Formats: sequence, structure tokens, C-alpha cells
Amino acid sequence: MPEHETFDHDVLVIGAGGAGLRAAIEASAAGVSVGLVCKSLLGKAHTVMAEGGIAAALANVDDRDNWQVHFADTMRGGQYVNNWRMAELHAKEAPDRVRELEAWGALFDRTADGRILQRNFGGHRYPRLAHVGDRTGLEMIRTLQDRGIYMGIDVHMECTIVRLLKSAGRVSGAFGYDRERGRFKLFRAKAIVLATGGIGRAYKITSNSWEYTGDGHTLAYDAGAELIDMEFVQFHPTGMVWPPSVRGILVTEGVRGEGGVLKNNLGRRFMFDDIPELYRSQTADNEDEGWRYTQGDKTARRPPELLTRDHVSRCIVREIKEGRGSPHGGVFLDISWMAQRLPNAAEHIKKKLPSMYHQFKQLADIDITREPMEVGPTTHYIMGGVRVDADSQMSSVPGLFAAGECAAGINGANRLGGNSLSDLLVFGKRAGEFAAKFAQSRKADPIDSRQVEEAEYWALEPFARGTGGEGPYQVQYALQEMMQDLVGIVRNENEMQRALEGLASLRERAQKVGVGGNREYNPGWHAALDLHNLLTVSAAVTRSAIERRESRGGHFRGDYPDKDVAFGKINIIVRKAQDGRMEVSRAPIPEMPEELEQVIDKMK
Amino acid sequence: MSTATFRIWRGTAQAGKFEDYSTDVSEGMVVLDAVHQIQAQQANDLAVRWNCKAGKCGSCSAEVNGHPRLMCMTRLNQLNLAEPVTIEPMRSFPPVRDLVTDVSWNFQAKLSIKPFKPRPPDAADGTWRMAQADVERVQEFRKCIECFLCQDVCHVLREHRLYDRFVGPRHLVYAAALEMHPLDVEHRARELKTSDGIGFCNITKCCTNVCPEGITITDNAIIPLKERVIDEIYDPIVKLFRIFRS
Repeated sequence: MPEHETFDHDVLVIGAGGAGLRAAIEASAAGVSVGLVCKSLLGKAHTVMAEGGIAAALANVDDRDNWQVHFADTMRGGQYVNNWRMAELHAKEAPDRVRELEAWGALFDRTADGRILQRNFGGHRYPRLAHVGDRTGLEMIRTLQDRGIYMGIDVHMECTIVRLLKSAGRVSGAFGYDRERGRFKLFRAKAIVLATGGIGRAYKITSNSWEYTGDGHTLAYDAGAELIDMEFVQFHPTGMVWPPSVRGILVTEGVRGEGGVLKNNLGRRFMFDDIPELYRSQTADNEDEGWRYTQGDKTARRPPELLTRDHVSRCIVREIKEGRGSPHGGVFLDISWMAQRLPNAAEHIKKKLPSMYHQFKQLADIDITREPMEVGPTTHYIMGGVRVDADSQMSSVPGLFAAGECAAGINGANRLGGNSLSDLLVFGKRAGEFAAKFAQSRKADPIDSRQVEEAEYWALEPFARGTGGEGPYQVQYALQEMMQDLVGIVRNENEMQRALEGLASLRERAQKVGVGGNREYNPGWHAALDLHNLLTVSAAVTRSAIERRESRGGHFRGDYPDKDVAFGKINIIVRKAQDGRMEVSRAPIPEMPEELEQVIDKMK
Repeated sequence: MSTATFRIWRGTAQAGKFEDYSTDVSEGMVVLDAVHQIQAQQANDLAVRWNCKAGKCGSCSAEVNGHPRLMCMTRLNQLNLAEPVTIEPMRSFPPVRDLVTDVSWNFQAKLSIKPFKPRPPDAADGTWRMAQADVERVQEFRKCIECFLCQDVCHVLREHRLYDRFVGPRHLVYAAALEMHPLDVEHRARELKTSDGIGFCNITKCCTNVCPEGITITDNAIIPLKERVIDEIYDPIVKLFRIFRS
């Protein structure tokens, strides 16, 4: 039997991005022992890529803002299938979470009177995003990381969890391997928080790093927890499209927030041509008004470039499909045009969007202060995830919590930019708090050694097959290609049925994948083990997307292009049945309390 | 489509050697793309760290043709592809496997710097007021992505191996970010002089030259910290004052 090292923690947090770090800090502050596991080095998590900012109704820039407006914006953006309680908690608590970051050393850009500056973003009625240039995620993760390390949290870096362990129906631990040496690790824990991020690596064109293989989603699903809203995948409208090697890398929405405009190859601002009814009263109907909005004119309405991400992505796809795209299959995003309006436009752009300037200059030889960028949609975020209790973030498995992107509810059918960083903070804190309470209320359960042995055996199978088996990367690429083609931005029943067949045959291929070499820092082996997660979340996305026969938010059906009132009253749930099959069901959305209904009506 | 040769360090903690791989190259490719292509097609077990692939996380540090670089931000058209491109791990840290090194010392060294300690809030609601100009001075240091290329190139660490006496440029930048933070009230001069070993830096500016974020490490962070140490510890008037007081 292979050996493993054993660690004991009251609370084990899996994932060290914004949500995981915030959960670990909160649990540690509650006085329990905390272990934090991350696949990369500490501080490298995908949160560093977040550019725009943290949405919180601080009302520093526009005093008309408050939690009710933020709540209403979030629900409208999510097309009303959000978990309203999460949206309420998020809007109410985000300001305190931002101020707390400042108390821990984060340095946000300032208003003229020295308070935290806030910027405009898609779907937010008022300037609401606390930010640091266009590197807010880095500021946030470094602040949390530095806060955490001085608290004595045990960090297990470059460690991958492959299985959750259960005793008597609740979680009792987790099993994984350290990437550096390939040794197995067993973590005994009284409560576990999943904070593993998203699933973007199931698609070919994505802004996500290699880590985003749906680990938390799959660990929870395999442990018997429910997943919800998995059909809602967000395709960010602006990823880089050229050169090929950078395809998918994110171009922040901040570019449009600062005055950048989208144009087709005829030079037309096509976003003015299709403004949805739900947003018509809030959207500028001429270019001048849109410009004034981006420059802080409170009487102006926002330009259509700042409509929600799902809508902007579909408009871009339409322009490309109808032959009005840019030379490399995107559309033009132009911020250089500001030179017509501002005297020191080039300096202004470099100051407001330093890393975008840097990114295009270095990777594409484009000076964004002088010429337009080429952009197209890129897989960015999954609204769906582990179904959790709104207040405590506990899943349907006792002792198993989830927060951040791998949990679901707050965003409904579509997430607003800036609501992710605030989600990580608000619900990371709650998950840490309630996981600590749960851990304090119980004794550690014994570990079932059969579960451990079974996981060890499973993890070593690819070596047993050796290099004679199929290569892990080839299966991964085939999956990404297929999901991009068949379960992408525009979906159809027959294509998705083909995807299900494809997934079944990819599952067979994955079971034949073999790797050579040894267990020390072996990326081929890691990729082989990740396939199970990618295949599981891909199936969950596809089956949920087949079930929702309407179009809403990030989920667009070519064969059902309209919204259906009946589907607006339910969420789609996925769980593992007794016989191992993936079971899809519908759950009615609980009725919203009267006072929240009124808030939404008032903001319409 | 043309091909190029990449001479990549393959090895373990104990031993290693360069191996040549030739692979197709296309427009816009960066070094990390070539490494990934080789990994997918020819050497599944080729070890390399990476995450964001956009110069924002600082994971893929290596030495490309002898220069400390982020592989994701080094474009092939900046290199002479008529010759093999050498790619080797950072040499200041213990090798783990292939291009991956053990950088854990850096996480230990950071803990020797005293954490952030803010002054009491300025306003009744528990918040502070800061001027944009004061914030900007420190934001330069907070751009650091912890790629550790400055540590890799610093001769105090690379040649003299003084890991137990000098925290290296990265952590002096970290200390500078705290010392110059508009809200911070902690004193760090004593530790900077003793355990952090700021005196070992003889301002050759190698760190500044390799910083992918363009942080002016020596001029803006280390030299002002050195001045602060002198002001607080060597100032003759302060010294006299201390003698009399004790």
C-alpha cells in the first residue's frame, strides 16, 4: 500500500484565492487550527488576474448609491434567478469587507477628498468599483496573503486534493498529493471549505489559468453535494484574439468603463443597435451622452458598451458571424479615440489602464493609446457551482462549505463585473466563520481507510498504464475543442446531445490515459488526474443547459431564443444518484420577502 | 511555420543536463508557449510552473539565454532563433525538477519583516483619508508580482549565498511598501539593519534591471530605506539623546 503523510486541522480550506484566504483568516481569527491547501504557490491564484475592481456601495463617488441599488443591480444582472438572500447579504456586507481590506494595508486609488475612489462598470447604476488602477486582484490577494501568513495559518502549497473523505454522512477529511514530490497527503478535518474557483479550462478559449479545472465542483459532487445553475457560464466579451498564443487573455471591462468603445469593421458602434428592454431606460441613446457618463457626469446614462457581459458577448458574436468583424475574427475595442476629447489622452490611458497598455504592447505590439485593440468573447466565469445555504455557505453535505466561484447563488444567470471580488470577501468570510463554528461543535471523525486506499489506487493508475496509454493532453484538448464548439455561447439541443455522446467517449479515453516518468513534479500525471474533474463539470454544464429550454443571462439557446417565465421560477440542480448516474432536477426558487420585492420595483 | 530549437534544462535536485527539442514556432509565440508545446507533444513530464500567462502572477520565472525572465512575457521574435534558445531554472534557488526550483525560502524571509500597523482611523466611521499622491508612491512597490527574479539576480544571494543574513531585494521592496505606507506607524529600521541585512546591498541595480514590473527597486525602495536606517540608528543627536535618556 502506498504511503501517505497525515495532517490534522479543525478547518481545512481548499484553494487560496480571495475566497479561500478570506475564509482561512476568519476561521483562524475564531481560534481554530486552519490548514490552507493550494495547487500553486501562495499568492499566484487566479484572483490576481481580476483587474476592474471590487463592487461595494460605499457611495464615495455618487451619494445616491446604497445597498438597495447594488442589490437591485445584481438581481437584474442575474435575470432574477439569483439566490436573493445571498444577493442581499452581499450588497449589505461588501462595503465593510472593502474597508476591512484597507485596515489590513490595501491601498486603493483615492477621491479628491482622500476616500476610496470608485469606477463605473457594466450593469452597475453608479460608480461602485473600488480599485487600484487595473490590478485590483493583485492588491487584494497580496493584502489577504500577508494578513494570513502572520496569523500562523498552515499553508500546504502546490498540493492537489483528489478526494473528499466522509464518515457517517459528513466530511471527515481530504486526500491529495503534493505536486513537488508526488507524495500523498491525508488531511483530517472537522470542517472543509471549498474555494477552488471555476471551470474555464473545460473550454478552448478562456481567460482562466490551468488551475481552473472544476476541482471543487467535482469534489463536492462526488461527495454527494448538489450543484446548481451549472448551465450559466459567462463568456467575457473582451478577450484578446491575436496573436494566437494569447487568444482568450482578458481585456478588462475597465477599458469600456474609462470610455473605450466597440466598433465593427464599418466603424459603426454596433452596441447602440441592440439595447434590451430591461435596460433601455438606463442606457444612453447617443454617443455624447455615453462619453459624458464615463467622465463622471451624473445626469448622463451609461453607454451601451457597459450593458451586461452576456449581452455584449452575443452582440460581438453576431457582428463576427455577419461578416463585420476585425481581420483576426474579433471586433475593435478603441480607447485611442479619446484623443479627440481629452488633451493628454495617451498619458491618461496609461495611468488608468497601465497593465492593459503593457499587455498589448508586449504581447501584440499594439499601442492602445494610438490604435484599436481586437477583441472577442472568452470563457471567463461560471455562475453555477455548489449549492449552499445563503447565510452559512454550507452545502447539502454536513461540514462541507463552499465560497467564491465554486459556490453558486449570488450571480444567478449572469454575474456583473466587480461582483466577484466582493463575493469572495463577503462569502469567504462567512464560510470561514461558520466552518469554524461547525468544527468547534464536534469531534474529529475517524477516517475510513478503505476510502483512502481506493483514492491512492486511483491516483496511481496512469503510471500503471505507462506511456503506452493515450496522452493526457490530447484528451484534454479534444474536450476543450468540443465544449467550445457544442456547448459555447450559442447552444442547441442537437449539438448538446452530440456533446453528451462525445463526453462518454472522452470518458473512455480518459480511463486509458497513461503517463511516464515518476511522481516528482510531473505535469503529465497532474493533467491525467484533472481529466476526471473536467469531464464531470462538462457533463454538468451540458446536462443543465439541455434542461433549461429558454435563453437567460449567460445561457443562450439558439433553439429557444426567448426568456420563458416558467423557467424564471426555477433553478436546475445536478447531483450524483445512488447508481453513479448524473441526475438533473428542477428546484423552485423560494419566494422573495415583500421588502426586497419593493426594492426591486423601486429601482426598475 | 518554421521550427526552432530549445535547449532545456532537464534534471532533478541531484543532477541534470540540457536537452534539445525542436518544435514549430508561429507568430506571436512566447517562450512559455514553446515549452508547453514541447510538454504536450514530446515530454509530458517536463516540469514548469505557470499560471496566468499574462505577466501578472510571477510563476514562470526562468533564465532564458542566461537572462532572468518571465517565460510568458518573452516573445520568440525578440530572440535569435537561428541558435538554440537555452531555458534553465533560476540558479539562486535549489532545483526541484527541470525548470522548477524550491522558492520556499522567500516565504520564510518575508516573515522577518514586521507586519502592517495602521494609525487610528481618521474619521468617526473608522475610515482613513489619504491623498492620491501619497498612495501612488507606495503603489509602485505593491505592483510586485513576487516572481523572485530580483532575488535570482542579486549577487548577495546568487554568489555569496547569504540567505540567513540578507532578505534580498524583494523583501526590501516589501519593507519599503510598509515603511512608506501613509497609514503605517511601525518601526522597522533596527531589523532592516540586523536580521534583514540591508547593508549587504551595494546598489549595483541588477535587481532593478530584471524587474518585469519596472519597479525602480534600488533607487526608490532600497536607498530610501538605507537612509532611514542611518537617520534612525546612526544619527549622532539621536544617539546622544538615547545615551542621556538611558
